[in-house]
Amino acid sequence: MTEPIITTPLRERAAQALGDRFLHEALDIATTKFITLRREAFGAFPDGDQLRDRARAIKEATLQRLDAHLETLVANVERLGGHVHFAATAEEARDIIVDIARRTGARMAVKSKSMATEEIHLNDALQAAGVTPVETDLGEYIIQLAHERPSHIIAPAIHKTKGQVAELFSRELKRPGLPADPEVLTKIAREELREKFLTADLGITGANFAVAETGTVVLVTNEGNGRMATSLPRVHVAVMGVEKVIPSMTDLAVFLAILAKSATGQKLSVYTTLVQGPRRPGELEGPDEFHLVLLDNGRIAQIAGTLRESLYCLRCGACLNVCPVYRQIGGHAYGYTYPGPIGILLTAMLNGPASVKDLSHASSLCGACADACPVRIDIPRMLIELRKEVGERRIAPWAERVVFKALAFVLARPALYGLAARLGRVAQRPFVRSGRIRTLPLFFGQWTRTRDLPPVARRTFQERWRDV
Amino acid sequence: MSAAPAAAPRVALMITCLADMFYPEVGERIVQLLGRLGVEVTLPAGQTCCALPLFNSGYHHEAATVARRTVALFRDADAVVVPSGSCAWMVKHEYAGLLRGHAEAEDAARLAERTYEFSQYLVRRLGRTTFESDVQGPLAYHDSCHLLRGLHEGEAPRVLLRELKGADVVPLPGSDECCGFGGSFSVRLPEVSTSILDRKLANLEASGARCLVACDAGCLMQIRGGLARRGSPLRALHLAEVLR
Repeated sequence: MTEPIITTPLRERAAQALGDRFLHEALDIATTKFITLRREAFGAFPDGDQLRDRARAIKEATLQRLDAHLETLVANVERLGGHVHFAATAEEARDIIVDIARRTGARMAVKSKSMATEEIHLNDALQAAGVTPVETDLGEYIIQLAHERPSHIIAPAIHKTKGQVAELFSRELKRPGLPADPEVLTKIAREELREKFLTADLGITGANFAVAETGTVVLVTNEGNGRMATSLPRVHVAVMGVEKVIPSMTDLAVFLAILAKSATGQKLSVYTTLVQGPRRPGELEGPDEFHLVLLDNGRIAQIAGTLRESLYCLRCGACLNVCPVYRQIGGHAYGYTYPGPIGILLTAMLNGPASVKDLSHASSLCGACADACPVRIDIPRMLIELRKEVGERRIAPWAERVVFKALAFVLARPALYGLAARLGRVAQRPFVRSGRIRTLPLFFGQWTRTRDLPPVARRTFQERWRDV
Repeated sequence: MSAAPAAAPRVALMITCLADMFYPEVGERIVQLLGRLGVEVTLPAGQTCCALPLFNSGYHHEAATVARRTVALFRDADAVVVPSGSCAWMVKHEYAGLLRGHAEAEDAARLAERTYEFSQYLVRRLGRTTFESDVQGPLAYHDSCHLLRGLHEGEAPRVLLRELKGADVVPLPGSDECCGFGGSFSVRLPEVSTSILDRKLANLEASGARCLVACDAGCLMQIRGGLARRGSPLRALHLAEVLR
């Protein structure tokens, strides 16, 4: 288990988010923009649907022989002079990376954006070991300054408005009075970070893909910070989930064609960095040492588990942008490393079913996520499977289980169903005003606090039919 | 036995729990409309619910018990018409898998093939697309999630509205976005559900429509509930209440 189970009910976390006007504005602007850009990108790309099918098929085929592909990857990375480490848990991954830092005498690490390192809570471990981690993706840099965690898989500071970022930079970087102008703020971040790139001993990145046949780690970024982090420091450590391996460069072309379109609506991201081991003799740039950390952390067990399809995930964030729940509450309310629809599945994968007791219900099952997913992961189906598991393992509250079992008992017996309608008509009498119900006691108030409820009809359709 | 070539089409109505209990007038409109089109409508007795609420909350054993009854009730129907996209999706998409290994599995698969959401039945089975409008003022169509993304049906209701005589149909911004109902979701996370609904209602107001049209009793309960609470003059109707 990576992260402790959150005990504050999701409903409270959500309510807090709903009350944040700035968050609402920031989310609305950003997700609407992402949705529009994605739609336009695929609209101008008729092969998109076919490539999505192909990408899905590649992911599935790779999972079926994951061990073999990983062996090929390891052999090729080592052939190129790199070192490969296998981490079964988040703790093992942290230990491996801290050891590398200690052995190489690293004092500062520049990091390119990586959800895998967020998942293992690497920054805290580095800090404790006396290594200063510096996030170099602009969004990650912002939230590191704010002592927060990413609220979106690809846009970690999506919850902040430009005004809030200006205030944050003014305060934390001791440059009072900065304007809410993204260009000015970006320039300042760039100045601050340039010096870090030049002095850091360690570059830590994730990996969007790793190509088995060539031993290539692929990074997709927009700011060039990935390229700096992999070429300037003495040592480069890439951390990736084992499911990120793909067999060949031909496969990579399929994924690159759909990844950026799904994520930001770009045809391609600005930088696609292909890393092959450490610097070779005669090369001008690149690290002395290259390490690849392959992270399991619950993934391998799901190859044969209910969450198998979530191992296809490219971490593009498209499902977050279209999710009506995410668009209202943002990423932090989810509470764990990965937010949004796919995040619920990944949370269950990393932390077990108890962590998604509430979260598995943080979806209206509207299906927009599955529709937007570049590899067509059937997220709603797996959410339902998780709900089933939460119920069967008696993680769900007993009262809820009793209610649903009682409901099933009634629905399986038409006489009881008819009786329920008649009882409903009697019970609702004190609450019906001019044909509608505005308040109800107990549990029913969850509906009527914000919405009217229609009363049970004087005669149900089946009663009318019988009488005709 | 050979059926006469001009035999009237026969359809069994799956009224669904929400329409049965809360919106019986929708059922009556469907019966009247289909009657005028020469369709013979039956109502298999003893209907309750398609079991979608149980299924979506993960109570699959319980859902199967309810689904087995439904399959048995509609075993002999030539075609089944359902006034809600989500219930139609449940029957068409989930019954066969849910009842795998049960005696009713084969019947469930046959039922899936013969089940139609209301607009689909009119357009895809009967081939009838031209009706008179029964409401005044501009209309806007809201895609219910299960009909659009579950049954991939965005076209049939739109054809009916496009060809609706005497109606002014305007586009609804974000018509494919969820209304926030989501069954038990609406009471598990009522604040989030309502916040999603607010967005839908704002889009409806921006559209200039006087009336929202939908093909799902769940969406209607949510959207009507929100409109009524806000004292809005706008209405939300089932497609069957609009066609004449």
